[in-house]
Amino acid sequence: MELEVHVIHYLIVSTIMMFCGIYGFFTRKNLLALLISVELMLNAANINFSVCNRYLFPDALEGHFFSLFGIAIAAAETAVAIAIIINVYRNVKQVLTDDITDLKG
Amino acid sequence: MDVTMIFSMQNELSLIAVLVIVLLADLILKRPNHKALQNLTCVLMLIHIALNVVPQTVDLFGGMYHSTPMASAVKTILSVGTLLVFMQSGQWLGREDTQHKAGEFYVLTLSTLLGMFFMVSAGSFVMFYVGLELASIPMACLVAFDKYRHHSAEAGAKFILNSMFSSAIMLYGLSFVYGTCGTTYFADLPQLLTGTPLQIMAMVFFFAGLGFKLSLVPFHMWTPDTYQGAPTPVSGYLSVISKGAAAFALMSILLKVFGNMVDNWSLLLSVVIVITITVANLFAILQENLKRFMAYSSISQAGYIMLAVLAGSEQGMSSLVYYIVVYIVANLAVFGVIGAVEQQTGGKVDRDTYNGLYRTNPKLTFVMTLALFSLAGIPPFAGFFSKFFVFASAFHSGYWIVVFLALINTIISLYYYLLIVKAMYITPSDAPVPTFRTPRMMRASLFLCLLGIVLLGICSGVFDWLTDLSVR
Repeated sequence: MELEVHVIHYLIVSTIMMFCGIYGFFTRKNLLALLISVELMLNAANINFSVCNRYLFPDALEGHFFSLFGIAIAAAETAVAIAIIINVYRNVKQVLTDDITDLKG
Repeated sequence: MDVTMIFSMQNELSLIAVLVIVLLADLILKRPNHKALQNLTCVLMLIHIALNVVPQTVDLFGGMYHSTPMASAVKTILSVGTLLVFMQSGQWLGREDTQHKAGEFYVLTLSTLLGMFFMVSAGSFVMFYVGLELASIPMACLVAFDKYRHHSAEAGAKFILNSMFSSAIMLYGLSFVYGTCGTTYFADLPQLLTGTPLQIMAMVFFFAGLGFKLSLVPFHMWTPDTYQGAPTPVSGYLSVISKGAAAFALMSILLKVFGNMVDNWSLLLSVVIVITITVANLFAILQENLKRFMAYSSISQAGYIMLAVLAGSEQGMSSLVYYIVVYIVANLAVFGVIGAVEQQTGGKVDRDTYNGLYRTNPKLTFVMTLALFSLAGIPPFAGFFSKFFVFASAFHSGYWIVVFLALINTIISLYYYLLIVKAMYITPSDAPVPTFRTPRMMRASLFLCLLGIVLLGICSGVFDWLTDLSVR
């Protein structure tokens, strides 16, 4: 039996990625793991853009461009986030969210 | 296509020129150069504001960049606010651990402002997303600017992770907008967005993403931590400029793009507004730390700003921009005083510090009092009129229950704003902050804020001008 891959299959993958990312963001304790979860979410959105473009609107390239911009911006964000996490580590020698609780109330 | 048409993006180009000149000056000038840089940046910003004071309509790149007169006026207003922040940041940047990176502060702030410019005049979601990220990535660097203060780093980490999370949520929503419509241009989207279930879900995701940036409840968790940990001028900048730009962008997108789905988003927005104002007010009463307190106050102010979005009319648009203007001067006056006292006392921002301030620093106390009165909405200060116009526009569109609940909350907010006034005037203190003089730039900026608080309400010309722009 031959299975034809269509939009819906890609969307299932991207939805699972998205909600794994959200779940990870709320449950992980390590700042780097939080960052990975967010990357998962951003990439889910990028998959959606590319797939919708390829299957639904193949005569224009807007979706592909959007995912290109999304990838570039996500890279910039990750760079800044890692720089800040390194700075946190230098200050408190720890990257677990349970130990970074000076600001609360 | 003519290359010279890029010159009609006058507002952005002059800001880029300011940015590049400041960057080069920072490289060329001998260090420590923070005083010279501050003067240079303020003068350049003044020139930039003077060049762009006349609003105009620009449509470029096939509709990808679209600037209405109102957006143009908002850009000028944001530039004025940024200038006030620059004037207030001199003393903090003159400290020994920050004075070698004063130039970085100005360049990063200007680049976030540039991002906001592109955000408010975007004509497509691609442009909007790029502008939003240009506004929030350097902002994270600014929040974590005090590198050796643990609080600043912690606030920066919280800010960047929350901002990434919210943009991921927003992007996921936008991907469904694109998937159902096949375009990202604001001009083509309204007739394609008819309110199918998938589009409603996309709209909710988009709204949640921008709600994080605007710190509406229930997306407000990062705000108090970030405001408390960030350097005070950055908190001030974050609370007025960044919030004002996001509010205007949200309003123009909800009206222009999701205009057909008004029934779907107005209920959502009403609930969010009521929860935002109420929760923020209740938490603000509990705060002892003034920066944290101002964070909760700014959350509730964001709720009031959203009332104008709910109104969804031209009157709503002009009252939103008017509210932003008044909010900028009042909030920056408060943050200016907090910053001055913080620098003087070596980092104290608790309410107890302000006990008996009236006896030693009467002028500073006076500015702070008027600004707090304006934030609470006591006539005849500008804050009363801005609240009045926002309420009137929402009432006009028939959301009287929301307006009523917001009015009750105004009375609650009066209580906690007056707690600070009470501390300054009435509560006795054995050791009040000694009498001190702030730098000249800071005094000038506080004076400008004071003028704004008093005059913006009395001069009706400002509101008339904005109303005129919103119908043009």
